Amino acid sequence: MTQEILDLTAPTRDRSFLEVIAPDEKLRACIQCGTCTASCASAYAMDYTPRQIWRMVQLGLRDEVLNSKTFWLCSTCYACTVRCPRGIPLTETIGALKRMAIARGIRRYKESSNFYRAFMDVVRRYGRVDELEMMVRYFLSTNPLAMIGYTPLGLAMLTHGKVTVGEGLRMAPRLVGMGGTGRLDALFRRVAELEAKP
Amino acid sequence: MRYLYYPGCSMSSSALEYDVSARAVLQALGAEVVEVEDWTCCGASAAETLSFLLSLVLPARNLALAEGMDGTGDFLVGCSACYTNHRKVAESVREDPRLLDKINAALSVENLAYAGRIRVRHLLDVLANDFGPEAIAARVKKSLARLSVAPYYGCQTVRPYSPFDDDDYPMSMDEVLAAAGADVFPYDMKAKCCSSALMTTKKEVALELVGNLLRAAKGADCIATVCPMCQLNLEAYQDDVSKHMGEDLHIPVLYLTQLLGLAFDLPRASLKLERNMTSPRPVLDKLGGG
Repeated sequence: MTQEILDLTAPTRDRSFLEVIAPDEKLRACIQCGTCTASCASAYAMDYTPRQIWRMVQLGLRDEVLNSKTFWLCSTCYACTVRCPRGIPLTETIGALKRMAIARGIRRYKESSNFYRAFMDVVRRYGRVDELEMMVRYFLSTNPLAMIGYTPLGLAMLTHGKVTVGEGLRMAPRLVGMGGTGRLDALFRRVAELEAKP
Repeated sequence: MRYLYYPGCSMSSSALEYDVSARAVLQALGAEVVEVEDWTCCGASAAETLSFLLSLVLPARNLALAEGMDGTGDFLVGCSACYTNHRKVAESVREDPRLLDKINAALSVENLAYAGRIRVRHLLDVLANDFGPEAIAARVKKSLARLSVAPYYGCQTVRPYSPFDDDDYPMSMDEVLAAAGADVFPYDMKAKCCSSALMTTKKEVALELVGNLLRAAKGADCIATVCPMCQLNLEAYQDDVSKHMGEDLHIPVLYLTQLLGLAFDLPRASLKLERNMTSPRPVLDKLGGG
């Protein structure tokens, strides 16, 4: 891994970053032991290792963290969380980083943020996940040509009866709201209102 | 024993064979399984990227529905991601009771309320502990003898919540398979990650992770799974994974419940082996009388 020198005097340093990402303050207790990195199956492909990311969050290096690939490579396997000797909820902290990156519209790894968005759009609409519609929405929002790479898999899944066209409608006709509204619109809206409150 | 069963999205569509075989196996063991009516998606790993509260409210909605049903029973989940999400609500509310008010303020638009009372159980937990090796062995009609099975637990079956097994080196599935007569393959990658949604968003990394899992299972006759996400990642990309790793890593992958169904000699229609994306033929041949 190449050495990178981080500029700790940069004006972009955000001193409230740690508080926003980890309001329960547990992340302050990180002792940089690296158990998280050693436990992480994806660490080898990250630009910053998990251990480095926690230190960067503590230091308020917001832009460097939010533009990193690290948290998008987390598959939420919780290996780091259960092994952390300081009891820090690391996987949840990764979730907070994903949330902030999406909320701030950071586009660098849009293939990941678009995937989650497509997934939740389908949940909001049908209440359940129509896997085919979700994948189509996802590829249209990132790189429609990439769909071709998944065509053999899609066809294999069709022949094994694993996906069907219009699954959302078939699965849950009575769950689909009237007049183009989603099944879970009201619930999603209420959650957004509650979260907007201080 | 009675269970309020949450199938979840995958087990209702792409992983229907897991749903059908799980119901058949539970019925054969004498369990009463009642599906939670009007259930919705648990949010998978996607909801928390949008909103923390939503990631609690979505599973809480299903738990509230189950609490409102007649009669008793634990909330039974077969998919490990759904299991973790539902369990997370129960644990979060216990840690911070104020969350319950917030969750219920949201659920009120659906005329639902979650009390935090119902117990969330994984299917593997139920098989291994409510029934256990003895009851399973007693039900076996066609032993899985001489079939070498690598038990793959995946991550969220035992992490971060592990009320029924070790979070690093679990043994419950080993015991269930041994009770069915199988020769349990020593599998050190049993609780490592299948890469989950990275197979879609970061495929080059996912192929490496799955490659490591398949390589460690070399020598076994098949792999057993207890989660639709694990099953799909292990079975659907074996051509790509073999190419990526530079060696032939093809191996049949079956749900634990399909293997138990074979051992119980349940009707083939209830195992839906034709839906698996790896051919179960080598397994059936080895067991004989395919």
